[in-house]
Amino acid sequence: MTDGVGVAPDELQGGKPSWLRGQVASLGLDLRLFGMLVALALILVYFGIRTDGKFLSPSNLVVLAIQASVVAVMATGMVLVIVSRNIDLSVGSIVGLVSMTYAMLMTEWMPDLGIRFDTGYMWIVALAIGLGLGTAIGALQGFVIAYMGVPSFIVTLGGLLSLRGVVWVLSEGAAKSGLAEPFQLLGGGAIGAIGGPPTWAVGIVAAVGIIALTVYGRRQRSRFGFGVRPAWADGLLAMAGAGAVVGLAAFFNANLWPKGLASRYAIANGITEPPGGLKIAVGIPWPVVLVIGVTLVMTYLATRRRFGREVFAYGGNPEAAALAGINTRWTIMKVFALMGLLCGVSAAIAAARLNGSTLDIGQGNELYVIAAAVVGGTSLAGGIGTIPGAVLGGLVMQTLAYGLNFTRVTSAVQNIVAGIVLVVAVGFDTYNRRRAG
Amino acid sequence: MTAPESPPLVEMRNIRVSYGGVHAVDDVSIDLRAGEVVGLVGGNGAGKSTLMRALSGARKADSGTILIDGKIVTITNPHDAKGHGIETIYQTLALADNLNAPANLFLGRELTNWIGDLDNAAMEHETRKVMARLNPNFTRFSSPVSSLSGGQRQAVAIARAVHFNARIMIMDEPTAALGPAETAQVRNLIRQLKAEGLGIFLVSHDIHDVFDLSDRISVMYHGKIVGTVNKADVTHDDVLSMIILGR
Repeated sequence: MTDGVGVAPDELQGGKPSWLRGQVASLGLDLRLFGMLVALALILVYFGIRTDGKFLSPSNLVVLAIQASVVAVMATGMVLVIVSRNIDLSVGSIVGLVSMTYAMLMTEWMPDLGIRFDTGYMWIVALAIGLGLGTAIGALQGFVIAYMGVPSFIVTLGGLLSLRGVVWVLSEGAAKSGLAEPFQLLGGGAIGAIGGPPTWAVGIVAAVGIIALTVYGRRQRSRFGFGVRPAWADGLLAMAGAGAVVGLAAFFNANLWPKGLASRYAIANGITEPPGGLKIAVGIPWPVVLVIGVTLVMTYLATRRRFGREVFAYGGNPEAAALAGINTRWTIMKVFALMGLLCGVSAAIAAARLNGSTLDIGQGNELYVIAAAVVGGTSLAGGIGTIPGAVLGGLVMQTLAYGLNFTRVTSAVQNIVAGIVLVVAVGFDTYNRRRAG
Repeated sequence: MTAPESPPLVEMRNIRVSYGGVHAVDDVSIDLRAGEVVGLVGGNGAGKSTLMRALSGARKADSGTILIDGKIVTITNPHDAKGHGIETIYQTLALADNLNAPANLFLGRELTNWIGDLDNAAMEHETRKVMARLNPNFTRFSSPVSSLSGGQRQAVAIARAVHFNARIMIMDEPTAALGPAETAQVRNLIRQLKAEGLGIFLVSHDIHDVFDLSDRISVMYHGKIVGTVNKADVTHDDVLSMIILGR
């Protein structure tokens, strides 16, 4: 968060005012976020060296990004759940149930109703029903937690068990496959992306947006004559941000269509292939588009809307929130409904990647999602956490897991490393927080 | 004193509040006039805070009537109370420690722009204005209030009550956690608000505070009001014996 809580420039003035520290302080960086970016870079470099650079190839990292997206989307919601002094253990089972619902809708239920597989709207109807189901499950759990006072740990533990059971009952124990083609695009792949030119457009719009928001923020503060950061600091940060998004766009466009697919495309469209084959940029995969969109919307909800302010206030002091006239029960119920909706989004990505659904899809996800939020700086005591932090936390954990997998480390050792990293990261964070007071 | 024909600012009649079969407040009636400070004293568990919670909307009264300006009102939650111009400073301060001063000041009634987004700059501006009046040395507008000193936190809690043009103020042990300088500041503030025509309920253990600031003193004992006296008519000892003996 940048406004309600978090590090602000005027409180970084403690200690000896050396020139360099003063300059760094006036940047007003979120140090935790910055530290995680450094950790991510170190992990990437390490695996890059171990594999002679193969790990860092665009096509490989894009697969990594797509894998991380299922967890990242849910981690944004888990931040609000944990900030409000709750926990949601049922997210993996909700993913399982909603994935299976998507698959059943498109392979059995809708065809049974006479809706043909090639109708354009089939996937939209399925998606809407799935998202609605996820939201409804979340809202129901939220109702029991907020209005009936049953602890969230218990309610969602019940959800974890019983919803997975529902998956088995629904599917009669069998996996389902064969989804509508537009739906499959949500899972990524060579054609499951927005393509080269739109990727450039997104990169440029985002760069302009970052600069515009910086200018707007300065205007807002000087409107009342408050202090603003030095112009050079804001300028530097804005340029770094703009550079980073354009760089990311270039990265996604460095990922090219596979040769076979490209030449088939060339033949089908009567294009003569240049020597070395046709080079078609893949661009940003749809699941990554979803992660970016979800992160932006959730950050907006958490930091710019009343809803977010209420969630953070409740996490900081539930009694104070109630005495301030906030309808705290309704707020908590909304948090869980939102979590359910995000599980529906993750389920769409997971089902689309598999082109169907299995019985164990989403199993164990709750642990990775909670770990992502906590590594990303969310405090289990409530009241503290950021959405971008959780997304980055998820990316760190997934990069580590994927890298170990890539270097053929056994899954047993992967789990050992993931567990240790989780505890060390949070321990480090706790130590820093205590020192900062 | 105001002319007797004008109705009191607040009148609570036959209020009862019970917790699990125990009558914490048992058939209590009390009133408050504009520009008046009524001290509410009594031992631990006498029901002072519970009575005030019924007025601030933190706890709904089980039975009884509340009148404001002579009209019957319904107060079932803090929102209702604030709608009637009742502001409360709680003993616990009731601050969200993880949020900064402006966020706490506007908690539950945030300023928003035309699309409903939080207008943080405007809220900080208003907070700076009110703090300039209460505590001119206060500068930490973007730090979470957990990092502020006790006096600064108290200032934030008071600012929240003062900012919204309250007509009725409830202060529950407003000086309990403060040093001598800050206590003097709060006393001055109470006198100033009284001069501005607010009605103030002052809940306190500190009989000196109450004698200094109040016009009338109501003594509670085991959930009942055992006496309401004009300060001028009694001594410290009279009030103390009412607190201890209940008569």
